[in-house]
Amino acid sequence: MTTAIALSAKPRNLSGPVGVAVLLATAFGLVPLVGSDYLFEAILTPFLALALAGLGLNLLTGYAGLLSLGSAAFMAVGAYAAFNLSLRVPGLPLPVSILGAGLVAAAAGLVAGLPALRLRGFYLAVSTLAAQFFVAWALNRIGWLSNDSPSGVINAPRLVVAGLSFEDARGRYLFSLTVVALLTVAAWRLVRSPTGRNLVAIRDQEIAARIVGVKVARTKLLAFALSSFVVGIAGVLWAFAYLRTVEPAGFNLDRSFQILFIVIIGGLGTLRGAFLGAGFIVVLPLALSRLGAVLPGDGFDSGTLEMVQRIVLGALIVAVLIREPAGLAALLDRAGRRLRLPA
Amino acid sequence: MRQIFAADESLSWVRADFEAMASSASLLIFRVQSLLGQVVPLRHRSVVRRPSSAASGVLACGVEAAEATALAVEGLTLAFGGAVAFEAIDLTVQAGEIHAVIGPNGAGKSSLINAISGLYAPQSGSVRIGAARFSRVPAHRLAALGVARTFQNLALFKGLSVFENVLSGLAGAQRAGLAAQMLGLPQARREARAQRERAADVIARLDLAGVADRPVGTLPFGVQKRVELARALVARPRLLLLDEPMAGMTATEKAEMSRFIREARESLGSAIVLIEHDIGVVMRLSDRVTVLDHGRRIAHGTPAQVQANPAVIAAYLGLADEPEAEAA
Ligand SMILES: Nc1ncnc2c1ncn2[C@@H]1O[C@H](COP(=O)(O)OP(=O)(O)O)[C@@H](O)[C@H]1O
Ligand SMILES: [Mg+2]
Repeated sequence: MTTAIALSAKPRNLSGPVGVAVLLATAFGLVPLVGSDYLFEAILTPFLALALAGLGLNLLTGYAGLLSLGSAAFMAVGAYAAFNLSLRVPGLPLPVSILGAGLVAAAAGLVAGLPALRLRGFYLAVSTLAAQFFVAWALNRIGWLSNDSPSGVINAPRLVVAGLSFEDARGRYLFSLTVVALLTVAAWRLVRSPTGRNLVAIRDQEIAARIVGVKVARTKLLAFALSSFVVGIAGVLWAFAYLRTVEPAGFNLDRSFQILFIVIIGGLGTLRGAFLGAGFIVVLPLALSRLGAVLPGDGFDSGTLEMVQRIVLGALIVAVLIREPAGLAALLDRAGRRLRLPA
Repeated sequence: MRQIFAADESLSWVRADFEAMASSASLLIFRVQSLLGQVVPLRHRSVVRRPSSAASGVLACGVEAAEATALAVEGLTLAFGGAVAFEAIDLTVQAGEIHAVIGPNGAGKSSLINAISGLYAPQSGSVRIGAARFSRVPAHRLAALGVARTFQNLALFKGLSVFENVLSGLAGAQRAGLAAQMLGLPQARREARAQRERAADVIARLDLAGVADRPVGTLPFGVQKRVELARALVARPRLLLLDEPMAGMTATEKAEMSRFIREARESLGSAIVLIEHDIGVVMRLSDRVTVLDHGRRIAHGTPAQVQANPAVIAAYLGLADEPEAEAA
């Protein structure tokens, strides 16, 4: 009874300060103590990298309403920029090279965003494909970018910050978690700032936004730059903390769609959405393969698994778009409200 | 609750009155100067005027007229392809005047407001806003020119709350940059606080305090109309363009809305262009009326003059014969 009252007093307790504190304490304190290497390497680290990419894309697509299919390209730009910065500037601290990578990705995003001043919706999405294909082409053709390694494969530099090594599975998880936490706070401040309001204004009513004095062109380019900054750093985490060895093909159009699906399933225009969507995308194949194992017969082979996964994902996206365009975040909100309300 | 707001409010009314007095005092000095035949240099003019309307690419014009005239539309013509929306329209609105634009559906009223706010590009004629004359008004400079507007078919930001929608009306006045906002620098914090206070003030005046945190899309149409008015008023515009702000409202709501519009005129001294179908409201609320029919101005004058005008009576009798013209 008292709990019910306490809960209803704070309607959105998971997004409230207490909820966030509990989440952070769990992620930083509890999980590193009890988690296994498998959990860190196969689930949590890719989850964090994808969630960050989703967060970045959500700033652009969810908040500013600008559709992009170039997320993987900006991840690649971030990863290869960080690789080159670490390689070519000896002694550059890792945080600085990551920040630099974010800035390079932001610049790439700015250029890729120029068509947004003329195009919107579907046409804009198609134009961002140009970024996708150009980056893939450049990484394959310009050997310098991958230090002339065959087929553009790069290896992650050592993850050491101020003498502290983050090389093992737990370290790479904690490293990713720190980066993601910092950028999530930044994104949270952004979306609540006047600039964040302008992003939504442009998305909802571009003409009215212009009339009330929002600098529409500048704000759109800003959205591309900020989004690409975050997505670029997600690319660094994907390459350095998760995979450790990447090739340009790892950042293909499939990856772009994956990030877009994360945002759609999780919930456009919410910060939580990126995490929910990424969690879903990472856990789905694992859950399906477990399911395959308990089903009669000899389980799913990898081809079947891949196919089932795609079908489930596709069906789910259609279902989300039709039934709950605001994604898992809205679903969760509603479930939460229903849990608190009864009697 | 209301009591607190009332106390607060009376202070800001006083402030507004003082501002109005100060500006009419400077206006008086200015008039005297022009009577004496002095040429007032641009630099001084900008002291008299409120900021930012003299800019490059703008034709200078009659200095004296610029003081009192908030809007002067001259010979404005707009056509879509071959279809003429309106033709050779003249319309002058003084500061502090409520100027109604009436006429049957399709007369060209909304198109006129859209042309004045730079959304449509007229074929000929000019629009003077304050001291700046344009053949095509730059929509992105509208806020800086001191113009705010509402839309016939609501153009609110659906993803934002009522409070945020009203705050967004101050986007044009935003000074602190992104870095200052993100880092929470004192300048940005001060500005944000001032903006919140201004928004809260307008929200209270328009009786929206009870729904301030609601997503704007969840509110009834009439309330959304009021939110749109609040978004326009928060910028304290010198010229306010209202496209059917009372469409679809009950008589009570209309009376309320009329009161808000009148109060805005009193407190801000804005010039107001008001498109409205309800002749009763128009007669009570407006100082002058312009009547459009088939894109032409068929009458203009005081409400009484217009009401007695045979051409207007004919147009409205014609309207009565066409039932479909009554539909929104
Ligand atoms: N964007 C547009 N494109 C083409 N024709 C338009 C457009 N806007 C308005 N019109 C036409 O201009 C005329 C005047 O319309 P409008 O200004 O909306 O009238 P009112 O607001 O007086 O009802 C109508 O014939 C209408 O069809
Ligand atoms: Mg109209």
